[in-house]
Amino acid sequence: MQIKRLVFGALASLLLAFAPLSVGAAGNTLDVVMKRGYVQCGVSQGLPGFSNPDDKGNWTGIDVDFCKAVAAAIFGDAAKVKFTPLSAKERFTAIQSGEVDIIARNTTWSMHRDTALGVDFRAVNYYDGQGFMVRADLGVTSSTELDGATLCTNQGTTTELNAADYFRANNMQYEIVAFEKADEAVAAYNSGRCDAYTTDHSALYAQRLKLTDPQAHIVLPEIISKEPLGPAVRQGDNVWGDIIAWVHYATVAAEELGVTSKNIGSMGNSTNPSIKRLLGKDGTFGANLGIPADWAFQAVKQVGNYGEIFERNVGINTPLGIKRGYNALWTDGGLQYAPPIR
Amino acid sequence: MLLQALVLGALVLAMVWLVANVQSNLERQNINSGFGFLSERAGFGINQTLIDYSEDSSFARVLTVGLLNTLLVSVLGIILATILGFALGVARLSSNWLVNKTAMVYVEIFRNVPLLLQIMFWYFGVLRNLPSPRQAVSLGDAVFLSNRGIVVPALEMTAAAWWYGAALAASGAIYVWLRRRARLSRLADGSLISIWRPFAMIALASLAFAAMMGGVPFSFDIPALKGFNFRGGITVIPEFVALLLALSLYTAAFIAEIVRAGIQSVSKGQREAASALGLPDNTALRLVVIPQALRVIIPPLTSQYLNLTKNSSLAVAIAYPDIVSVFAGTTLTQVGQAVEIIFITMMIYLTLSLLTSFAMNRYNARIALVGQKS
Repeated sequence: MQIKRLVFGALASLLLAFAPLSVGAAGNTLDVVMKRGYVQCGVSQGLPGFSNPDDKGNWTGIDVDFCKAVAAAIFGDAAKVKFTPLSAKERFTAIQSGEVDIIARNTTWSMHRDTALGVDFRAVNYYDGQGFMVRADLGVTSSTELDGATLCTNQGTTTELNAADYFRANNMQYEIVAFEKADEAVAAYNSGRCDAYTTDHSALYAQRLKLTDPQAHIVLPEIISKEPLGPAVRQGDNVWGDIIAWVHYATVAAEELGVTSKNIGSMGNSTNPSIKRLLGKDGTFGANLGIPADWAFQAVKQVGNYGEIFERNVGINTPLGIKRGYNALWTDGGLQYAPPIR
Repeated sequence: MLLQALVLGALVLAMVWLVANVQSNLERQNINSGFGFLSERAGFGINQTLIDYSEDSSFARVLTVGLLNTLLVSVLGIILATILGFALGVARLSSNWLVNKTAMVYVEIFRNVPLLLQIMFWYFGVLRNLPSPRQAVSLGDAVFLSNRGIVVPALEMTAAAWWYGAALAASGAIYVWLRRRARLSRLADGSLISIWRPFAMIALASLAFAAMMGGVPFSFDIPALKGFNFRGGITVIPEFVALLLALSLYTAAFIAEIVRAGIQSVSKGQREAASALGLPDNTALRLVVIPQALRVIIPPLTSQYLNLTKNSSLAVAIAYPDIVSVFAGTTLTQVGQAVEIIFITMMIYLTLSLLTSFAMNRYNARIALVGQKS
């Protein structure tokens, strides 16, 4: 398996080497996608609520729905998307080399990644933060009591750095055991190798579901870092980046306007100018992006507005049971805010 | 000659084009390049370091830590696999039915199950059955076994250690002298002198002398449970134990087959001749059969050593901090420069393999038949 990773790395390097023959100029992802007929979307290898294959093998989750919304906006068909599962350390090479058009892989937007890796982050579809999960019988109620703890985590994420900074800042000792895949990290935590499992809060809730007895584990309340998760594209392709950003904003704007996948069909005669622009009845927004005029209509109709996507995948009525919190609309005290579509 | 020069020229040109192309592509896509990142601060922790390391160390230090961890598990793995492999190989030829079949079953099981599964088995299978630190199995309150690994007291040398060093050196010199004397007497009149008894007596005497002069040569840093975990002492992490076990047991199965083939390649007449000369079975095996078998054994054995070293990169699956895990893994994602990092990692494995091959080839040349040397 590790050999496979090495080979993958080597191949990706080779791809970069021959890039003029394959990726071509970086400015035309939309043309490539149009010609190919579907969007190639890089997702995680299985994180419930974000990107996870269900029992029939269909991908589900917030990140999956985001890629579906992009496909709906471009092709008018949310099914015209294919998913490539990527490990944390493969993801940037995959987008750099042109293997995928977009990574929607619960990836943290950080300055280093945005400026040094040849990728651009264009939106935040989930505001997250790192936390800790421990066994309930350990008697720990706050992460400040974790002095001397052994932590299991996934390798190649911002998690390792955040944990190091947090423990040093609080003058606590720790030992870190970093696994290549989340599954092994959780399995090792489950078998007692570590006192705590640390990753993004949302993922803690998701992974807890996979444990033999979820009730025997608690997620500690502290959030030790800012983890704005969002889709990323290759740097230098502004047209494609604009599409990614505005598909997200369209789902948020739809929620702001009370437009849902159920009622959008009957909104055709709405006189609200904002809704008319969102539905493509007014203005040339689709044409400006180089995609059909009903792009936002299709995205919301086939996938839903931001609130629907959230509630369907991670919301209070799903096994994850996550409250909107930071991800509520700005009008409800959250951080989700769409620039005006006008 | 001209053709060869042309091919070489074309190859060099292709390489230059490839490198230039990578560079221009990286620049065009605005991806950092170069090796400057090696001196930057790493910022993450590693749970097994043979040299001083902290989050403030550089990525170059991470590379060294990872390389040493790879070497540690590879060298120990090679030693264990060789010992076990030779024993199994000889056992495979035993006339004792039980010994013979046991070795056969071992070989067939271990070489036919994928290594990754074996690593996972030893890691998760064993880990799951170990107690938590608070219920650790302890040996005299000094050695503790739990799912955090084996914690043993750390040995700290005192000044008296010098006496013991001197005693060991003296015993070593005496051993060499005894061997030489035994060899000379064997060559002179064929009499076999046992050197072990005088050697053991002299070694014991010199150690006793050192103890008298220096006293206890070391002090212990005894581990104790504090909070979640043991503090003090040396921790052998479970990832290391699982990886070492899996690599040695797996490779030993292959070495056993190589040893068996090597021994069988020595013609039966050699053993019969040794027997006719009055050499006991064990001596015949050691002095007549094995030296000839080694010539057949060494080349494929070298391949197994190389395989073991390269297979150690499977470490990443169970979080053992080897070079692929901490450098081609964590460092790669922190820095994002896949081309440089994969290149450095490949070069290191290449160098390790070439060094191993070189050493084994030297050994092979030494034991080759004089007439076959070229």
